[in-house]
Amino acid sequence: MIKIGVLALQGDYLEHQRILQILGINSTYIKTPEELNKIDGLIVPGGESTTINKLMDFYNIKKPLKKLVQQGMPIWGTCAGMIIIANKIIQSSPTPLSLIDITVDRNAFGNQTESFEQLITLPVIGKQPFKSIFIRAPKIIDIGEKIDVLGRLPNKQPVAVKQNNILATSFHPELTNDYRIHEFFVKMI
Amino acid sequence: MKGYINNMPNKVTKEPNRKTGTWSVKSGLAQMLKGGVIMDVVTADQAKIAEDAGAVAVMALERVPSDIRKAGGVARMADPTKITEIIEAVSIPVMAKCRIGHFVEAQILESLDVDYIDESEVLTPADENNHINKTPFKVPFVCGARDLGEALRRIGEGAAMVRTKGEAGTGNIVEAVRHARSVLSKIKEIQGMDQSQLMAVARDLRSPFELVLDIKNQGKLPVVNFAAGGIATPADAALMMQLGVDGVFVGSGIFKSENPDIMANAIVKATTHFNNPDILADISRGLGTAMPGLDIKTIPIEEQLSTRGW
Repeated sequence: MIKIGVLALQGDYLEHQRILQILGINSTYIKTPEELNKIDGLIVPGGESTTINKLMDFYNIKKPLKKLVQQGMPIWGTCAGMIIIANKIIQSSPTPLSLIDITVDRNAFGNQTESFEQLITLPVIGKQPFKSIFIRAPKIIDIGEKIDVLGRLPNKQPVAVKQNNILATSFHPELTNDYRIHEFFVKMI
Repeated sequence: MKGYINNMPNKVTKEPNRKTGTWSVKSGLAQMLKGGVIMDVVTADQAKIAEDAGAVAVMALERVPSDIRKAGGVARMADPTKITEIIEAVSIPVMAKCRIGHFVEAQILESLDVDYIDESEVLTPADENNHINKTPFKVPFVCGARDLGEALRRIGEGAAMVRTKGEAGTGNIVEAVRHARSVLSKIKEIQGMDQSQLMAVARDLRSPFELVLDIKNQGKLPVVNFAAGGIATPADAALMMQLGVDGVFVGSGIFKSENPDIMANAIVKATTHFNNPDILADISRGLGTAMPGLDIKTIPIEEQLSTRGW
């Protein structure tokens, strides 16, 4: 039976674990590098990317994590998680892991009063629209050739992307009761 | 979320079908702050120190609570110039405080584009009967509470996050512990009741019935619950996390300590590794002096901040 880790340094890791539990998937919190060896996939949750980044450095999680993902372990970053796994970000901090070939601009949709929700369609999970919640969300401003765009806003802005074993979303599927993107990630394992 | 708090109008922006200021968006930001530390700052430089130490957000203030306590008089919303400077200095969310019931200060803070408003007992209340009707605002609110009833009343008014009140500016954790235990043990008690008892509970707590029912069904508050007031060390932060709160506010505890950057960083680490005593021991070493503490019993009741609001 597969086991999915949720990086639990800071952010809404509980919300991700709640959905994995509902789906009947074994899951565990990851706070130290040793714990990475026990899992088949990892979710990097929403939160504050600068905080998560510092706490990853504090316990040297980045290097072993990067190696595992390069060896094929599936990883999914939501919002702050997407910033953490991006190839490049516009701002000087945090330093991303450079796992997925996207360039990201932090908080580019605006401050909290501009945070929003919107129905979008992601063909890989079916025709029914998905309620996507964007909170001080990062914007994908450039994508590499190997990137599959799974979902866009009505203005064509990509907000869900995949590159082989790596998935990234600007929004927070873990804040909804629609589990289709979590199911999609489970199938990637 | 239950209908009671979901009846708010959805404001529509220029983008088609894009809804801002919804309950999901307002309570959602608090969910992103979980497991984190929100630090009081009075200058842009302090805000940068907080961000570099790993704070998930900063609270922009004119004075930290221990100085408000010393100064006495009427404590009000901070100068907009200061708040704007702090917003421009950091990339993390910026919160700011308004007085209890002072909805115009709240309107001004919303216009300044702060990310969260704290309707706070640390400032001098502007209305002794009514808190702000928080639902119509696009910006989310956090409010203090001493017990479950107070928390549910604030949520009923539209607060998207609550925090225990503690006794701000004392460096003494005892009140924060009392309030967190009070909220969390009442939740457990309600979970064990049968449905026919809930209306009496709503009456006794002076709280909306729908929210009491939600507590019974979910076994937790419908919003994120942080601890605040009196946290001065990494061990204090970890204590509150082990008691079951979602994160911590640190007021005077950072910039009234001997080494603010080191203390800030240690409290951030302690809030993540709250249940790992080996790590806690390690990060508690050599931090220098914590902020000076006050025994609550020496503070006259009329000077206690946590009794403000109802």
